[in-house]
Amino acid sequence: MSAPDSRQRPILPLRLSNMGYSVGGTRLLSGITLDIQAGRRLVVMGANGAGKSLFLRLCHGLIDPTEGARDWASGDVRPEHQAMVFQRPVLLRRSVAANLAYPLRLRGMDRTARHEMVRRTLDRFGLAALSDRPARLLSGGEQQRLALARAWAMQPQILFLDEPTSALDPSATRTIEDMIESFSHDGITIVMTTHDLGQARRLGQDVVFLHRGKMIEQAPAEAFFARPTTAEARAFLAGDLIW
Amino acid sequence: MESPFATAFRLIAAGDAALMQIIGLSLSVTLSAVLIACLLGLPLGAGLALARFPGRSGVIVLFNAFMGLPPVVAGLAVYLLLSRAGPLGDWALLFTPTAMVIAQTVLILPIVVSLTRSVVEDLWAEYREQLRSLGASRLRAMPTLLWDGRASLLTGVLAGFGRASAEVGAVLIVGGNIAGHTRTMTTTITLETNRGNLGLAVALGIVLMALTLTLNAVAWGAGQWSREKLG
Repeated sequence: MSAPDSRQRPILPLRLSNMGYSVGGTRLLSGITLDIQAGRRLVVMGANGAGKSLFLRLCHGLIDPTEGARDWASGDVRPEHQAMVFQRPVLLRRSVAANLAYPLRLRGMDRTARHEMVRRTLDRFGLAALSDRPARLLSGGEQQRLALARAWAMQPQILFLDEPTSALDPSATRTIEDMIESFSHDGITIVMTTHDLGQARRLGQDVVFLHRGKMIEQAPAEAFFARPTTAEARAFLAGDLIW
Repeated sequence: MESPFATAFRLIAAGDAALMQIIGLSLSVTLSAVLIACLLGLPLGAGLALARFPGRSGVIVLFNAFMGLPPVVAGLAVYLLLSRAGPLGDWALLFTPTAMVIAQTVLILPIVVSLTRSVVEDLWAEYREQLRSLGASRLRAMPTLLWDGRASLLTGVLAGFGRASAEVGAVLIVGGNIAGHTRTMTTTITLETNRGNLGLAVALGIVLMALTLTLNAVAWGAGQWSREKLG
């Protein structure tokens, strides 16, 4: 069963034209021109402070670009069928099931449909046994699993993930990567940032490389890892610190 | 002559009718005031936390300052409103339990508003992006934040209850300390002590202390419980 409802109006591709963001005269991100195509897994890479999280927030619509444009194919300013998993997701102080139901209720989904969707989500991600547990008391790995499940239940066409495994141990990381791959098989477009080169190789189909607020490379993953064209990307892949 | 403590315990043990009536009235006045202050103060505090408007800082400072409003001044203000010549004089509420509820609501409301604002503001800093991402507007975020802050908010509500049940000035001025009608635990203690009738005063003092102790135990227990059960 695929997550995006086939009756949804397609919101992708997402077209970024010369998108930038400045605050108080400081340009944090500039000149991003990129089409994010449906069904792909895009990995955003770059050193700390390169603008990766900001890039995700701009795409997701949490903030608006101060320069250039961000256009969804559906013409919406901020389409409903997208979701984001934060580096440190906020779970509400209520049960696992109630956390899953919350965004569905915000959308006005009726009680029966909500229950059905929550049950389906719990089953699919092996959370049924945790259904009544307070979400805040889950382990780090379980919390992240719930955050991803909550995003899935929102039936997004595109999912943004900000360093989804940065705080997790290898086994929890593996679980989350499997979830991301399964989302991708469901047809959900993935845009994620990661520090983990291995993860980028495992999950990335396309790569965008940011350096000091500019997008200096954009390539299919295979080409990027085999033949990075900029010195910065080469240094990054070689593990050198670049600033 | 019997010692005041012996009299006090005898009155409490016998469930003396006058004593029970006074305790009952005190509790019903204060609980009504707490309820009204919460109904008004929780949404008001949450709104103040999330809304941005000119003069917001002034309103916040005002509510903070009113937390320290002397009860006699609150009582005086309500007295002026409700007295025959006052703007609400036609309602004939002065020297009724209703007037006492109004005066205590005035005392508790700033506590509830200020505490709610501070709790909700802190939560909002943490939840803001996540709630927006999940599709919640600012307005819709308010009940969510109030619910997630319920453990901290309960402490504030209990503090308000404590302030109202302990004060004398406001209820004395607007209630008039009329026997069997508007006499509360604190006003009775004041009166009976002046009269040298210490037994009843001590009995009420013991009940008030027990109440305060129980409230604090409940608040502490609720805090512990929420940390364990809700995270």
